[in-house]
Amino acid sequence: MINLEFIINTLSLGSLYALLSLGLVLVYGILKLVNFAYGEYIMAAGYAMYLSSTALNAPWWVTMLVAILGATLISYLSELAAFRQVRTRSAEALLVTSFAVSVFLQNVVLITVSPRARAVAFPPIFSEAITIGDATVPVRNLLVIGTTAIVLVALTFLMRKTVLGIAMRAAADKFTTTRLMGVPANLVISAAFVISGMLAGVASIFWVGRSASVDPLSGSAPLLIAFIATVIGGMHSTIGAVVGGFAYGLLFNLLSVLLPASMISYRDAFMFVLVVLFLLFRPEGIVKGGYTEERVG
Amino acid sequence: MTLMTRLRGWLDHNAAIPAIVVLLAVGALVVTLIGSPLILDVYTYFCISIVMVLSVQMFMGNSGILSWTHIGFIGIGAYASGILSVAPMVKEMGVPNMYPFLVSLQLSPIVAIGLGGVVAALVAAVIGYPLMRLSDAVGVITLFATLIVIHVVMTQWDNVTNGPRTFFGLMQFTTLWIALGAAVLAVGIAHWFRESSLGLRLRATRDNRYAAMASGVDMVRVRYGAFVFSALIAGLAGGLWAHYITSFSPKAFYMSEMFLLVSMLVIGGAGSITGAVSGTALVTLARELLRQAEALINNAHALPFEVYGLTELVMAVLMVVVLIWRPGGVVGGHEPRLRLARRGKEKV
Repeated sequence: MINLEFIINTLSLGSLYALLSLGLVLVYGILKLVNFAYGEYIMAAGYAMYLSSTALNAPWWVTMLVAILGATLISYLSELAAFRQVRTRSAEALLVTSFAVSVFLQNVVLITVSPRARAVAFPPIFSEAITIGDATVPVRNLLVIGTTAIVLVALTFLMRKTVLGIAMRAAADKFTTTRLMGVPANLVISAAFVISGMLAGVASIFWVGRSASVDPLSGSAPLLIAFIATVIGGMHSTIGAVVGGFAYGLLFNLLSVLLPASMISYRDAFMFVLVVLFLLFRPEGIVKGGYTEERVG
Repeated sequence: MTLMTRLRGWLDHNAAIPAIVVLLAVGALVVTLIGSPLILDVYTYFCISIVMVLSVQMFMGNSGILSWTHIGFIGIGAYASGILSVAPMVKEMGVPNMYPFLVSLQLSPIVAIGLGGVVAALVAAVIGYPLMRLSDAVGVITLFATLIVIHVVMTQWDNVTNGPRTFFGLMQFTTLWIALGAAVLAVGIAHWFRESSLGLRLRATRDNRYAAMASGVDMVRVRYGAFVFSALIAGLAGGLWAHYITSFSPKAFYMSEMFLLVSMLVIGGAGSITGAVSGTALVTLARELLRQAEALINNAHALPFEVYGLTELVMAVLMVVVLIWRPGGVVGGHEPRLRLARRGKEKV
């Protein structure tokens, strides 16, 4: 059961989930906002790919670039138009706003494009498989692992070595103090949304690549994965997000292998029950952050 | 005399509650006099919505925790009451795989609705405790995940719910007057709950968690009690709705419906009953108008494409606008008081 194929598949699933949850945690860290609209950035990137490949007949590398740019733009615009306006209100208002933004974006696509799924063109390499040893794995899975590694290195560099990264980490820790040090609040928050959108775009290429189609509700499944992965991993650090992503990928693959066929349709339910049970014993997640505010009981 | 002064004193602070009740009843009378089936339908649905929204308000408004789970309890109430009240023959036809002991059950609708609420409360009692220990972001996410668990079970457990397919054959038990009675009762219960010792302690944990805990409030227990109690009301609302609509599928108890309930609550103001009821009225009205507009646009072929989702789009924008303009909702966190009565009292 635990062979090379399982390991590679788990690593690739984990990488994808880590990408998904990183984008969520970056915004959460600074704004303490669980962004329900995050899934819609992924969906928007999918539609950017669809539109650029059908309407503009763009080559595949342009469509991928457009996907990342599209998600980034939508993310930034949503911050500008909605989140910035309610930022100073209660946390609850912010949360409801993010849900409203999500519904808004979904319905914009529903009205302007179509409620039905649209096929997205991918280069043939996405559907090929290669054999390593005795394991047959899709090339896509190896690409995910490689891309995630590059993204993680780049993000680490950004967060550790640049002024912006240091400001963002400081803001995630103590926002008010960071502002007193002369860091503009809007800049840091916008930066978080921009990076979050970029990550959503990158993740979207691989997420949409699995089914090669996109519909207005494409964002809800990745959003949920990002939610659960960040909760398992710990909401207070980017390391937690990555750990959570991989842990969730492992859990998912283990359940797929271990559950009897008749129970497989309950896999999601099982997963969430396990997550809730896990939180009973460790509400702060695997990686403990600097805050213990979450724990009340 | 003392009774009168006590009543006056109560009215001073709680004039909004009888006012809501009177307005609801007058509305029902007017609707019956007009007699248009569409308006009758909308008003009945509005009254049921009030019960649903108030069940969410009891928990969310008083605890400050955004709960996505309540639509799931509404669904549990709907399914449980349906399974209990539908005739065995119809169930055999409609839900071919149902467990035999469930098929044989048949109770009168009112008992079934009541038991539906109890089932929802029991589910809440079983799953609630670990959930109530979490708050803020983690709490929101796990409540959200709980809704998804409930939804997965509803769509997959076809021995009970008929899976993702429609569950049908319910009797139309809920009339306008029953719905109105339920709404009035719900207003009373929500008010009583808010002012009760439990409600007061719950509101204290909402306003200042640490101060409340320092004053000896067991936050998790208080939240747990409210969660289970509000699930009971949600389950009852679900049963009422199910016995009005007579056939439904798990789709009716998911995100978009929850979004509607939350928008009713947020637009009106989750902190008060007046807010919840007026939000429900505003959203119901807006939704009906938008639906008509949508149908009009689509039928007239005014645009080169079909317009779907306009209602939700406008609702989303409306919600953000309200949050920017009045973060506490249109009504705000306090019940409006009767100014005149208060002035009179000051003179005395």
